[in-house]
This record gives sequence, C-alpha cells and structure tokens, in this order.
Amino acid sequence: MTGSSRARGPRTLFDKIWEAHLVSETPGRASLVAIDRIFLHERTGSVALKGLKQAGRPIADTARVFCTMDHIVDTFPGRSDETRMPGGKAFITETREAALEAGIRLFDVRDPDQGIVHVISPELGIVLPGATLVCPDSHTCTQGALGALAWGIGSTEAEHALATGTLRVNRPSTLLVRFEGTLAPGVTAKDLSLALVSRHGSAGGNGCAIEYGGSAVRDMDIEARLTLCNMATEFSAMTGIVAPDEKTFAYLEGRRYAPRGELWERAVASWRRLASDEGARFDREIDVDAGGLAPMITWGTSPQHAIPVTGAVPALEASGLPRESYDRALAYMGLEPGTPLGELPIDAAFIGSCTNSRLSDLRRAAALLRGRKVAPGVRAICVPGSMHVKREAESEGLDEVFKAAGFEWREPGCSMCFFAGGESFGPRERVVSSTNRNFESRQGPETRTHIASPETVAASAVAGHIADARRLAS
Amino acid sequence: MEPFRKLTAVAAPILRANVDTDAIIPSREMKSVSKSGLADGLFAGWRYTQIGGREPNPHFVLNQPAYRGTRILLGGENFGCGSSREHAVWALAEYGIRAIIAPSFSPIFFNNCVRNGILPARLPEGAVQSIAEDVAHDPQSRPVSVDLESQAVVAHGGACWRFELDSEAKQMLLEGLDAVDLTLRQREAIERFLSRDTAERPWIYLEPTAGGDR
Ligand code: SF4
Repeated sequence: MTGSSRARGPRTLFDKIWEAHLVSETPGRASLVAIDRIFLHERTGSVALKGLKQAGRPIADTARVFCTMDHIVDTFPGRSDETRMPGGKAFITETREAALEAGIRLFDVRDPDQGIVHVISPELGIVLPGATLVCPDSHTCTQGALGALAWGIGSTEAEHALATGTLRVNRPSTLLVRFEGTLAPGVTAKDLSLALVSRHGSAGGNGCAIEYGGSAVRDMDIEARLTLCNMATEFSAMTGIVAPDEKTFAYLEGRRYAPRGELWERAVASWRRLASDEGARFDREIDVDAGGLAPMITWGTSPQHAIPVTGAVPALEASGLPRESYDRALAYMGLEPGTPLGELPIDAAFIGSCTNSRLSDLRRAAALLRGRKVAPGVRAICVPGSMHVKREAESEGLDEVFKAAGFEWREPGCSMCFFAGGESFGPRERVVSSTNRNFESRQGPETRTHIASPETVAASAVAGHIADARRLAS
Repeated sequence: MEPFRKLTAVAAPILRANVDTDAIIPSREMKSVSKSGLADGLFAGWRYTQIGGREPNPHFVLNQPAYRGTRILLGGENFGCGSSREHAVWALAEYGIRAIIAPSFSPIFFNNCVRNGILPARLPEGAVQSIAEDVAHDPQSRPVSVDLESQAVVAHGGACWRFELDSEAKQMLLEGLDAVDLTLRQREAIERFLSRDTAERPWIYLEPTAGGDR
C-alpha cells in the first residue's frame, strides 16, 4: 500500500483491497492487479492449463492455484468419470491430467472435499478477506461474501493470471447497495437478490464492484451472504462484496487453508480494517427497504423478471419490458398475462447450485419437507453443494427427510443448474429451481425455469404448483 | 492474434437486449476441450431448425443470403451477458466476426473479445439502430466500416460515430498483442510487489506442500 493512497481521505472497502493489490498503474490504462488465489474447474480448466503449456509458460505460483470437478461431473450416486454429457468424460480426464502435471491442488471426483467451486472455496478457507480471487466462472462473485474481491474471468485471462500472478483490470466503478431493515419471516437472501435485479434491471450494476451493506446484510450469516453475492453477476456487476466482520472470522477460523496460530491473529487484526471508512464515497448508491420485501420468484426468462410469489404474471406495461422481450418471455414460459403464479402446476423441483446448496439451505428446505410428500407427478431433486455439505446433512438425517419426501439425493456438483448436454428436465417442463439463471434452455432445451429460494422450491414440490412457503409453514 | 486496424464488412443486426452467452453458444455445443471447432455451434439455438440439428433456420439473420459474409454484429444492450464462457467469443471469432457494435457489453464478455481480437465498440442505441437501418436497404452493398485507429464507425451512407475504448484494449487490438507478454515486461514491478506483500500479508502465500497436500 502506498502512502499517497492512504492520505487520500476516507476509502471504500473496495478501494482498500484494490490499492493493496496494485502492482502498477498507468493513467488511462488497465491496472496490473495481483491475484492471490486462482480456482479452476473441469469445464474450462484444461483449456487454460493446456493453453499455458502450449505457450511454454509455467504457472507463477502453483501453491495458490486450485481446481475442482463440478460443472459436468455426474451427480448420480455411484458416479465415475462417465457423464451424461456427450464427450464430457474428456473434460474430466484431461483436466485431471493437466492439473496433476501442473502440480496444483485438485479436488477430484472422489475427493472428500469435492464440490461446487464457490461452495468449497469458502468451506476450505481458500478465499480470505481482503484477498483477490479469480475463476473462469461468472458466479465467482459469490465469494465476495467473505470480504474478498472475487470475480469471474475468461479462459484467456485465467492463463494470464496463472502465468503472471496478476491480471490487467480496469478499475470498476463502485456501487453501494444498502439493505436496511429486518427480513420478514420466510424472506431470504435469495429474495433480496431477486428483488434488487427486478427493480433495477439485469444491467443495473453494469461493471460495478458492489458493496452490500445495511442492517439486513450485517444480520445475515455467512451462507446467506454467499447467496446474496452469488447473484451480483445477474446484475451485470463485476462482483459483490460484504465487509468482513466477527461472523466472517468465526466462520473461517480453523478451515484448512486459512492461517493458523500467530499468523491467524495477525490476519484478523488486518482484516478488521476492511470496511468502508465513514464518509467514503461510492460512485452510486441504491437503498432497498429489506423489511418490506416478500419471497420472490421469476415468471420469465431473465432474473429481472421476478415478482412476489403471491403475484401474477405482469401485463406488458407493468413489466417495464419492450414488447418483443415480453412476448418472447411469455411464449417461452407458456404463460398468459394476469395468471397468478400460485396456480401454475409444476413438473419438477430442484434444490442445488452455488446459490442455494449449502447446509443452511438444505436445513430450511428439509424443515418444510419433514413429514410431507412431494406431489404426485413432480420430479424433485436435491444436490448438495459439496461433499462436506453432504456429509453434514447426512449426519443430521436431512438426506432421510429429502428421500422420505420423494426427493432424489445426489452427489455434489452443478448438476441441473445448467444443461451440459446430457441430463435435463425435458422440453416445456416447468421447474421451480433454487439456482440463479432462468435463461432460455438454461436447464435443458425448452425447459421452463422459475427461480426462487429453497423454501419456495420445497413448498412448491409439496403443493404440485408454485407455492408460498409461508403458508405451508404456518 | 491478428491485429485489428480497419475493417469494412457486412454487418448483421441481432438487436435484442441481453443476448447472453448461452444464446451465443449453447452449452450442448461446447463439446470440444479446445478453443476451436466451435463455429458450427454459434447461435445454434436460433440458427438451426432443431435442437442439436444442423438444418439452417431461414429466419435467422446470419442464414439469410443478404447477410452472407457477415464480419460485424450490431447488438443490443448488455450484449454477451450471463455465463463467462469464452467459448462464445471463440465461436464468434472462428465464424469470422471481428467487431461487435452495441450500446453496452457484459464486462467479462468485453474482456474476452479484446483478448481474442474482436473489437467491442460501444455506441448509443440510436446510433446502432440507424446503422442497422442503413444496412437493411441492402447489406451486401452497404457495408459498415470500423476504424480502430480513429475509434470511429462509419455507415455506408456516410454517417459517422466515435466510440470510446481504453488505451490498453486499443493497443492490444491494434498490435494483436498477447496480454501475457505485455505483463511479463513488468516482471520487476511484480517481484517488488511480491517481496513487500509477502511481509505484509504472509497468510496469503501458502507453502507448496502444506498447501497442496493434506
Ligand atoms: S452451480 Fe450453476 S451457476 Fe454455480 S458454478 Fe455451477 S453451473 Fe455455474
């Protein structure tokens, strides 16, 4: 950190992390920023590692590079390297080969720590407050929940980060999103993200580094903050970040790659300074009355098409969309204006993904499913986010609750969060899903996705139609 | 990487907002573990009559004879949003697209374009519209010109718009430079940073063995 930047007056959390990582800066050009952690996965990892090898470039520091198998691995019990995706096996075997050869830490298909990158990185203490972390995956912003600057990059940029330990980045503008208030019962971090995107549009945070603040965020546990930050990319932001606090430190203490002993004490002392200073200026600010929000669900084909779960498909004027996008979304989803979402029968329910597949998500869904059954004809699937989550859930008997209710209980991975070419719910099947994207064909050709919290998914699975979990709970 | 200086070519409109990378290349089309062999999958969901098929959908703009040889795309707001898959850009490049003109781009997509020799030019929505209208009269005889040096887009009718681009992206595109080479020229600055930072934040620097094994 340079003396001059300290003298500049109050700084935002983003400014502090950015400045601590500046290797060089030239006005009007991208800055060279040091990268502390690089995470790869089998979908794009082998491409980056192979590209590097072909160019004859070694990895700058292998100890700070990690790789997992999550995107296309099979999630059926008893899985192997075979996948339902045609040609998928090659991604797995080639990534394994490239990772072993490069000497980086690999969480392989059978590793007890395997799981979705954005679930295992916090779980293992790989992402740390004040650190920079990149991964060729757009939901890398999830990890900002720990107070890190974490963002998604492309494969060519991943090669750059691997080879140089740095990235060339244009300093993003800053946006403070303040969620003030106490969440009403049944309202979760997922609903906050959906409400934000629905109000300000999916381009609303274009290129910004968002800091999520306000009492509702301070009150959240770390897993809820991960859910909140997960969808910063659905807002077109570069990333989302939450200032680390005592909860963050308690969460990280003792995790495998987190510092220990005297180093831990030093780290925490430094992390305590990671908050926006009083009077620090952001380029933009958005205030949301979090106390006034309801559980949300999407009706269309963009996360911005979200409305309260008690609502009806909006009319064109109320949707705020251009006619073409509106008509297209309705046609794709097979919906009519004015239809109450609560009347829509569903074909499937999915709980999983880096948004909502952590232990707390599974606990809340299981609490609603206990003693209940999935409605006849509904296919219901639960995919824990990591081996660690799966083991903990099983030790609490949550797997039994899911299975007794009629859910499939899977091995960790991205699974049907996105369609990798193999397994899908089927054309025109209506799915309530705890994932983050409802784009056309995201979960399979012509599949109709409604994204919502795990609570809403569980309640809908039981009801056989889109349902308000608050009514089931009472 | 092929340098980009000036290009005059057929431009095709895909003007809807939020064209995401799943639309640019659906995941089912990313069968290859390499960066090539992707052009056939470009816009597959729109370009072919059937999922997984290869029969051209005559309604899709790039299939229309008038737009044969398209090298420039005219896009809508938030072009390239969604998944960070660089395959979208590799597919565009392999297909022959060298420039995309749109009101805004998703940041990851924007960077991926620059790193693969595709110029992402931001022009106001009205400008993109009027270029598309100009082109529509006869795409083959009304090509669009993009000049990176002067940062200008010129429609066949003569109307001209300037676009902003940071100087580094410009240099990389103009010289066809690999960013890694550019960065490795600053090796000393990186070393200086590391020696200072290792003292300040030692917990970031993991032991190769302790970090790698359990
Ligand atoms: S769970 Fe879904 S959103 Fe998350 S990393 Fe996997 S594919 Fe991407």
